[in-house]
Amino acid sequence: MTSTAPAAVAPDGLSGVTADWSADKQAFPVPWGKAMMWIFLLSDTFIFTCFLTSYMNVRMSTTEVWPNASQVFALHIGGADVPMVLIAIMTFILITSSGTMALAVNYGYRRDRARTTSLMLITAAFGAVFVGMQAFEWTKLIVDEGIRPWGNPLGAAQFGSSFFMITGFHGLHVSAGVIYLVVVAMRVWNGFYDRKGTYETVEITGLYWHFVDLVWVFIFAFFYLW
Amino acid sequence: MDKAEGQQHPLAIYLWIWVTLFVLSAFSYMVDYFHVQGYLRWTLIIIFMLLKAGLIVAVFMHMAWERLALKFAILVPPLCLLVLIGLMAVEGDYTFFTRLSEFVR
Repeated sequence: MTSTAPAAVAPDGLSGVTADWSADKQAFPVPWGKAMMWIFLLSDTFIFTCFLTSYMNVRMSTTEVWPNASQVFALHIGGADVPMVLIAIMTFILITSSGTMALAVNYGYRRDRARTTSLMLITAAFGAVFVGMQAFEWTKLIVDEGIRPWGNPLGAAQFGSSFFMITGFHGLHVSAGVIYLVVVAMRVWNGFYDRKGTYETVEITGLYWHFVDLVWVFIFAFFYLW
Repeated sequence: MDKAEGQQHPLAIYLWIWVTLFVLSAFSYMVDYFHVQGYLRWTLIIIFMLLKAGLIVAVFMHMAWERLALKFAILVPPLCLLVLIGLMAVEGDYTFFTRLSEFVR
């Protein structure tokens, strides 16, 4: 569009809103999908920070002892309790999946369909393993240790509600990400983005996946290690 | 940067960041494993956490190569959350001391 000619007839109603907001001015020189994904991730940042802040608030305000995460999440391996080993493995799995995702984005821009597809499916597989380990962890806590959202035998009742809320919400994000990755990987494989002419969707999917890893960094630090 | 082909960087960058993230995670796990306690524990946890978060956002999410306008739009608003964190910390302390003085003998 030429910017010098005055708009002859501005549309009314909803298409008018669209026309006004898109009026010849683009703030961010990135694909719109990427800008929108960043804004979504920004809002998600606020949600997760609210969860972590409220968790810290109840942890500070309770007069009961807070259960020792290092012991709660220990696994009995080879006759000894190894502290937090499951959580450590989950952390490494998620970082590994972030690495394969970064490579997938790179190969996507090189138009290497086979490598992009397989790296994305590997990323999704790591994500699925992560969710599986989380299901194992939840089962262990609920069945073996009797931890409930309203109380537990180890100490402060708020431990359970914070734990299920925060890790549950993160697990939902991982699960949604696995589905998202598989859908986009299939589209890469059948040449959808070659026909579209750009692989930016792979990068946008990558943004979401790295964010899931990013949130885990904070959960690992504040919930498990603190 | 070739705008038509988006963000393209040498693979070596990603591999190095990947290795660094592994090492940093191992460090934060070591903090727990060797029972480091008190302010040293919290300081180390936060340092490793911020380093990991920064590397993920800057390199894996390509924020380092975006224009300043986008960086500002995404990275400045979360600073408001520091206010929330500060307020909730004060509130948590207040509730704790109220409970101690009113409900705990």
